[in-house]
Amino acid sequence: MLGQLDAVTLARAQFAFTVSFHFIFPAFSIGIASYLMVLEALWLKTGQGVYANLYRYWLKIFAVAFGMGVVSGLVMSYQFGTNWSVFSTKAGPVIGPLMAYEVLTAFFLEAGFLGVMLFGMSKVGKELHFFATCMVALGTLISATWIIAVNSWMQTPAGFALNAKGQFVPAGSWWPIIFTASFPFRLVHTVIAAYLTTAFVVGGVGAWHLLKDRANPGARKMFSMAMWMAAIVAPIQIFVGDAHGLNTLEHQPAKVLAMEGDYQPSPDGAPLILFGLPSNEEARVRYEVSIPHLGSLILKHDPFAPLPGLTDFPRDQWPPAHIVFWSFRVMVGLGFAMLGIGLWSLLARYRGKLYEWSWLHRASVAMGPAGFVAVLAGWVTTEVGRQPFTVYGLLRTAESHSPLAAPAVAASLLAFVLVYFSAFGAGTYYLLRLMSKPPERGESEPPGVPQRAAGITPASGVAASPAVKG
Amino acid sequence: MAGMDLTIVWAAIIGFAIMAYVVMDGFDLGIGILFPTFAVGDERDQAMNSIAPVWDGNETWLVMGGGGLFAAFPLAYSIVLPATYPLMIAMLLGLVFRGVAFEFRWREPSHRQLWDIAFSLGSFVAALAQGITLGAILQGIHVENDAYAGGWLDWLSPFSLLTGVSVVVGYALLGATWLIWKTEGSSQRHARKMALRLGVATLLALAAVSAATPFLSYDYWRRWFAMPGVVLTAQVPLLVIICSATFFWALRREFERVPFLMALALFLLGFVGLGISIYPYMVPRAVTIWEAAAPPESQSFMLAGALVIIPLILAYTGWAYWVFRGKAGIHGYH
Ligand code: HDD
Ligand code: HEM
Ligand code: HEM
Repeated sequence: MLGQLDAVTLARAQFAFTVSFHFIFPAFSIGIASYLMVLEALWLKTGQGVYANLYRYWLKIFAVAFGMGVVSGLVMSYQFGTNWSVFSTKAGPVIGPLMAYEVLTAFFLEAGFLGVMLFGMSKVGKELHFFATCMVALGTLISATWIIAVNSWMQTPAGFALNAKGQFVPAGSWWPIIFTASFPFRLVHTVIAAYLTTAFVVGGVGAWHLLKDRANPGARKMFSMAMWMAAIVAPIQIFVGDAHGLNTLEHQPAKVLAMEGDYQPSPDGAPLILFGLPSNEEARVRYEVSIPHLGSLILKHDPFAPLPGLTDFPRDQWPPAHIVFWSFRVMVGLGFAMLGIGLWSLLARYRGKLYEWSWLHRASVAMGPAGFVAVLAGWVTTEVGRQPFTVYGLLRTAESHSPLAAPAVAASLLAFVLVYFSAFGAGTYYLLRLMSKPPERGESEPPGVPQRAAGITPASGVAASPAVKG
Repeated sequence: MAGMDLTIVWAAIIGFAIMAYVVMDGFDLGIGILFPTFAVGDERDQAMNSIAPVWDGNETWLVMGGGGLFAAFPLAYSIVLPATYPLMIAMLLGLVFRGVAFEFRWREPSHRQLWDIAFSLGSFVAALAQGITLGAILQGIHVENDAYAGGWLDWLSPFSLLTGVSVVVGYALLGATWLIWKTEGSSQRHARKMALRLGVATLLALAAVSAATPFLSYDYWRRWFAMPGVVLTAQVPLLVIICSATFFWALRREFERVPFLMALALFLLGFVGLGISIYPYMVPRAVTIWEAAAPPESQSFMLAGALVIIPLILAYTGWAYWVFRGKAGIHGYH
């Protein structure tokens, strides 16, 4: 079977596999780092032990997830060269510096302060430790900013010139390269996505423990915090997603038409296709179920506004509609489900049943992994929708790959699959085990602390450590 | 020419990043390589604790080296990586295993054995792959029309295997000397014993690689042995002799820090030697640093940031090391 696959297809499969795995971890670590910052701030401000305990509880989980994010990210930074060398030569002068800035401003910051955050509580005192937590959280956000700038440039390239070797080179100012048309939308949408993903994990874990013991103070606190997050941020995300879609319609119309399954132009208003099986071969959606004019209402905010169709574009520029059509629906469906949980929690609060309503807790447990699915579905929509280009409209995927033989790529893909499933599978198991334990009153710090250090007496170590009783 | 100077500056920055990576991740990969020789229990926990707070920062220099190459010398990045494809994949997978082991080994006592194996095997594979890559670059890469034009096993040769083993031995030396500094009791005694053997092995490896390199190409030969260059290049072996003498003397006197510093100095000298051999090429005898360079606009944009940020990075990295100064304990609470 592998014999029929060419090196490009395999390289794409490998990239999609490794980056999807990678993004699962950042989606969680961006959100959890900020959550830890909030918890520690609340603890410092109120002195309530429940915050310190929650901090330690999630810190252990963060440490495991972050480690997996680091190693899978390291793989990504080499994937461009190993599998997409032509793309790297051509786009390197423009996107390379952005990625170099990511390393300089974000990765070092995260890594430099991570050790202190995980192991340093008893060595540096509360304030400095809080500072370290803030720097790690800041690092994850800076990292998101740069990498999203890179991705957005590939989606909506600007500010470049082509030199004699066919390379994209900066045309002058870096401003238009960084702040491309889709960058603000994508950045906000992705960061909110990370926060939502985390909120649903935290909420799911809280709900799980509430189902077993409604009196656990840690479980109550985290559930309540997560539900506020869901209630406030899910609607914002839907609003931002809508704006994001309008922006994409302007700059990458074929992508949106594929997401909507609109093959034929609709001069007097497009329907909203709810379900169906898009087929690029037949240039139509089979078994379609649609609502007239709703598509134009959503995309143009006017039910009778005309919309083009994919058939208005050359056929060799169509993205694979059957994938983006469905991935988009998965994401949007989960977005509305998250909104539903948020509203439900408000109702529960209003009725004073937030910690007693078992069905709300069961639903929250079920929605625990929803963020990850939505995030991956979103990225599949974005990336597959960019096809058949790596740099939208300018450089084709089929012309971007390395001069590698198919067997080499097939072997490495297989190795990645085996290693990722075993290593990250084990990691997921450890994460679930950590989460399945209820937050105790005296949570221990994460492992591996070199306890003795020159110059710090045990006494000061005890004084500095947050051994507050909950 | 301004563009030309920038390129040299960037070559120096990338060189610095690679060097920083080699010395910093070198000792923590080295600890992984030596891991099986340490007794299960306190000795291993102590070894692990001595690097747990810093390994992530150390590895970030590898991202910096790769990312910097991508940004400042995209052509070199896109020639070397496909040319050493299986090595790169092996290195990355090795680093995946050892990286996750730091956290995973504490999570479940009955799995600890497994993650200890993953830690040392991953470290070994990563070090070996890096060493073979070095040899593959030195022996030359087949380039046509600005792209790699060889097969996917071209990197394999007796010479590249020699450099591979040498790097493994050298990293292990760094790891052993780091442990002399950071541990005490039986771990320290064991590390001292290993350091002695590894010191001898590293010198042999250094000698073998140095002896073999000039035979790879006449260019290397001329660079090292022709007048007037030889006046300069002769200093390198001289310094190597001084450093190794100091190393063995310090080991015998049971100094705790000097052996590590001397091992670092040996690596630095080896690195300078490599620089002398390769400069001004990025891909030896095929692509010079100027041919591989990104346009001046890209390089100057990054330079502005790099000059401000790298000192900052060094400052807070130094602070993080300082926070965890002193001997590593055995009692984490896990
Ligand atoms: C929206 C956010 C986001 C996105 C789209 C990506 N990453 Fe990422 N990445 C992060 C957000 C992030 C992070 C949250 O900042 C991580 C997680 C763990 C960490 O160290 O930082 C990270 C880690 C991380 C690391 C390890 C850093 C270290 O050693 O500390 C590398 C090398 C990359 N990433 C590279 C990439 C590449 C090449 C990507 C594109 C294909 C990519 N990331 C997508
Ligand atoms: C982290 C979240 C991301 C996910 C889940 C993701 C997902 C994907 C998927 C599914 C593909 C395969 C598309 C196809 O072949 O049909 C792909 C390809 C690709 N993506 Fe992304 N992507 C992400 C982020 C990025 C970022 C931030 C960049 C830029 C730095 C990027 C650059 C690429 C490149 C170069 C390819 C290969 C060429 C291609 O097939 O388009 N991706 N990605
Ligand atoms: C119903 C609400 C939502 C709408 C209307 C929406 C809309 C969109 C659109 C149109 C894209 C594609 C952007 C492009 O073409 O480049 C996208 C991408 C994405 N979505 Fe959503 N989305 C919604 C909810 C969510 C939720 C709940 C999550 C995760 C928790 C999420 C995560 C993402 C991510 C990570 C991407 C890829 C990055 C990006 O391009 O922004 N979305 N979304």
